[in-house]
Amino acid sequence: MNHVPGSSGGVPTAGGQEIGVSLQPQKIVRGLTRATLLKDLRLEWRSKDAINSMLFFSLLVVVVFSFSFDPSAEESRQIAGGLIWVAFLFASVVALNQTWARELRNQVLDAYRVSPAPANSLFMAKTLGNFVFVSVLEALMTPLFIAFYRLRPLGPAWQLLLVAALGTWALVVNGTFFAAMSIRTRSREIMLPLLLFPISIPAILAMVQATTSILNGEGARFWIVLLVTYDLVFTTSCLLLFENVLNAE
Amino acid sequence: MKRVFPILAILTAILLWYAMSIALNPEIHIGGITLNGAPTEQTMGNVQRIFYYHVPSAWIAFILFFINFFASIYYLIRRSQAADIVALVCAEVGVVFCTVVLITGPIWARPVWGIWWTWDMRLTSTLVLWLIYMSYLFLRRFSSSGQTPLMAAVLAVFGALCVPFVYFSIWFFRTQHPQPVMGGGGSIDPRMLHVLLLNWLAFSCFAFLVCWWRYRLEVLQREVDRAHAMRSLMDEPNQLRSAR
Amino acid sequence: MSTNPYLFAAYAVTWIIHIVYLATIFSRSARLKREIEELKK
Repeated sequence: MNHVPGSSGGVPTAGGQEIGVSLQPQKIVRGLTRATLLKDLRLEWRSKDAINSMLFFSLLVVVVFSFSFDPSAEESRQIAGGLIWVAFLFASVVALNQTWARELRNQVLDAYRVSPAPANSLFMAKTLGNFVFVSVLEALMTPLFIAFYRLRPLGPAWQLLLVAALGTWALVVNGTFFAAMSIRTRSREIMLPLLLFPISIPAILAMVQATTSILNGEGARFWIVLLVTYDLVFTTSCLLLFENVLNAE
Repeated sequence: MKRVFPILAILTAILLWYAMSIALNPEIHIGGITLNGAPTEQTMGNVQRIFYYHVPSAWIAFILFFINFFASIYYLIRRSQAADIVALVCAEVGVVFCTVVLITGPIWARPVWGIWWTWDMRLTSTLVLWLIYMSYLFLRRFSSSGQTPLMAAVLAVFGALCVPFVYFSIWFFRTQHPQPVMGGGGSIDPRMLHVLLLNWLAFSCFAFLVCWWRYRLEVLQREVDRAHAMRSLMDEPNQLRSAR
Repeated sequence: MSTNPYLFAAYAVTWIIHIVYLATIFSRSARLKREIEELKK
């Protein structure tokens, strides 16, 4: 069943069904975002390609770090914050690098450019998808870290979840954006970390310091506020500027 | 090159020479006149004179990155080729001055503090700025030429937005983990200020001339690239004929 | 003024960096002029 996307407001999905959306702009954006996100999650779930290799990679990272840095329980509380986030950073780069690979292979980006669909929907869908992937990776790596390093947070543990969510979003939102920029470069895979890491330094500092503070029983309010502000500022910038990146020839 | 460029270059060279002399000597004698230079600092001694090169370079790097930011925004709004070249030139020369800051800093820190590096506000934020603009230059080099200006302008905006976060995060990090402070916090002797400002002026003129030269080089480079492209387009029928 | 080795190193490094950059601009400029000559033919 062939429909021109956006003509009746219908959007075909990978399953061949149609999600009917009204023509109000906000609903279009939300509907498109949801459709694209569900399509991505469904494709990943069926093939399990990327998620399996990333899972194994994350496990390897944790093990290698544990061999390399083997501190006592007291010391580990000081450095665990940094170790965990560096490990998460590497895992997320692996995840981010393949963000647009499927779209490139099937010329989906050209189709998207030609369609009247707003670029923001595509970006939000990709970012949310990456957020889900990386969160799954983190959820699997964290128990291993706790076990290997005998970690016990002295501060409020719920704040750790908040820091993890904010920090992951900071990495993922910029990472998805820079992954789209790297598509049109030589050495695509190395370009993403080259662009992502310098810009992410304040966020990484915040994540690491916040985690270390919470593990040691101190407050992390400043760092959490910094992360919230960082996330707001850069999510807005990405949404405003993604159209330019998508439409660049 | 226009005729005015060599004259400006010579004047700048003289200014730089004078600025260096007063930075290195408490007194200089030209002809029969004795001019005042920078006095020797009490605690650090002569090593402190690195200050007169380290600080102006930092200021100039920041100014150049600032100009890059505005040129990038102008490019995003107006798609002006000239703005794109200004952005590129300021980023390159800014990185050069930034490198100077990052190398003179440790050279100064070593005799004074006994350590090569300190997570001091200025050094750390300069390092992060250097990294951001190096990634900008890498993007310029590795991106395929059609949309390079656009991608670079977007990255420059991101980099500039990042700067306040860099400052705040390092500031708070330093209050939690106090570090040695470099570069004389507090009031400065007026004679030292005079030497500092003069070196800043001299290096600013130098930076301006370098940017100007680099700008003209880039304009010429793009014209040559366009000429090459036109020539290969026009030669195509000939190449096809000879291939048969 | 006694010559402090660190002071000398700092000033020297500054000028070396600037001169290296100027040299790259100069060599690119020379190469470009040669290309222009070739294009004119």
